[in-house]
Amino acid sequence: MPAPASERRPGTARAPVVVFDRVQLAFDDKVVLKDVSFTLARGHTTIILGASGAGKSITLKIILGLLQADDGEVWVNGRRVDHLGERELMSVRADLGMIFQEGALFDSLTVRENVGYKLYEETDMSIEDVNRRVEEVLGFMGLLEYIDKMPSELSGGQRRRVAIARAMAFKPGILLYDEATTGLDPITAITVDDEIIKLRDLEGVSSIVVTHQLRDAFYVATHMAVRGPDGTVRIVPATPQKTNEAEFIMLRDGLICFEGNANDLRGSTDPYLRTFLS
Amino acid sequence: MRRVFAILNTRLKRAALEMQEYLYLTGATLRGFATPPFYRHDIIEQFDLIGIGTLTVVVLVGFFTGAALASQTGVTLDQFGARPVVGRLVSVTIIKELGPVMTALMLNGRVGSGIAAELGSMVVTDQINALRSLGTDPIRKLVIPRVLAGLLMAPALTVISDFVGVLGGWVVARFQLQVASGLYWSSVTQALFMADVQQGLIKPFVFGFTVTSIACYVGLRTTGGTQGVGRATTTAVVVGSVSIIALDFFVTQVLWKLLY
Repeated sequence: MPAPASERRPGTARAPVVVFDRVQLAFDDKVVLKDVSFTLARGHTTIILGASGAGKSITLKIILGLLQADDGEVWVNGRRVDHLGERELMSVRADLGMIFQEGALFDSLTVRENVGYKLYEETDMSIEDVNRRVEEVLGFMGLLEYIDKMPSELSGGQRRRVAIARAMAFKPGILLYDEATTGLDPITAITVDDEIIKLRDLEGVSSIVVTHQLRDAFYVATHMAVRGPDGTVRIVPATPQKTNEAEFIMLRDGLICFEGNANDLRGSTDPYLRTFLS
Repeated sequence: MRRVFAILNTRLKRAALEMQEYLYLTGATLRGFATPPFYRHDIIEQFDLIGIGTLTVVVLVGFFTGAALASQTGVTLDQFGARPVVGRLVSVTIIKELGPVMTALMLNGRVGSGIAAELGSMVVTDQINALRSLGTDPIRKLVIPRVLAGLLMAPALTVISDFVGVLGGWVVARFQLQVASGLYWSSVTQALFMADVQQGLIKPFVFGFTVTSIACYVGLRTTGGTQGVGRATTTAVVVGSVSIIALDFFVTQVLWKLLY
């Protein structure tokens, strides 16, 4: 359930960073979202599951303002965004990053230019500072050796990781992952999942992960990143408390048919969920 | 009968919607000409791509258009013993009509199709959404540089095309029709009025804007994956070509009223 209005205001300690409140959307006669409500708490992960066409990606696009809902309210960082124009949305997007399906890298730009795009084009940062930040982000992702390559020279997994690097380069507080691991082999998918976990646990990024890959969804929910005394980062099984912070949402026919944590989902007896999980 | 009206009604509504969306895009583009942010690097890049990139095609087409025009009209003028005035006919026809129209058609074929394909690919691969998510307005980043380059490079290319066309006419007049060079070049200027030159310079501004804005609009409205990109490219070229020919007629009528 969405948080009460008093808790949506910026500055409120418990204010969720994203509130989706009774959102509806239809394209002509096709209803995509009937009545969808959920919240994302700061530093937490919400995982949206569902079959193809269930409205998962559209949910992310509504949060980002790429699509406008027909009805309902959408709040980001305490600001209502569902009726904002493109210009007002630019300031909202300053704290939002999105990783699109297939990466959506700019194919005429190098990895360096892709990752630093926003900093080069939309900020007053000096070229030296931008280059430093790009190298720092690519180093964090283990992609520094590809900095001068074109997107067409990268593998699918590398492209997704560059897309994550591009989305995190300007240090947004919220990251939206749209099928970030779809189409990748399990080993590459795990490397992408590890980046999602590292950003959440080490950088404090709140994230919404849209996927229909259950393995990746459970991996992100049940693992955490820890930095050792020597500075190395390890991905380890999450504590029960940490696991409970990851919320699962299952979309079906434009409605939320399940809401709970990983254990609730595993223990569900709902026939549809059982079919989905199997 | 009712079914025919229903289909007609749907198509008219769709056409009206398309026109409304196109006018919205052109309005946003015109506003963007005067208000920041400006993406200077992209503007310079488009000037190079659209201007320098189209130059060879425009020069070749201009030259052979002038040559063919002189060759064809020379035969007809011979029937009236007017072969020496072939330069008049070539210059007036090229500067007022063929130069602007042929240049715009070449621009449409080369640049219009490229813009529609490029922007269409960006739409279907979510690159446009990625731009928006990174805080960039696609109209300012992609449309304005292309339209501005089309608007300003079309007249420049037309002037070059006009000159090369008249030169092509001279080659045929001198070596095929055996008209003396001095006679050809003096007749080229004799028939031209300042209003003709103005007409020939105003039209390319309209055509350049139209070609690039239509291509951008069609590209940004692409749906349906790679097939959609192919459809968008074809649509941009067809709509752009028809618009050039139709606009040429209407702009000529307006300019006749204003300039003569």
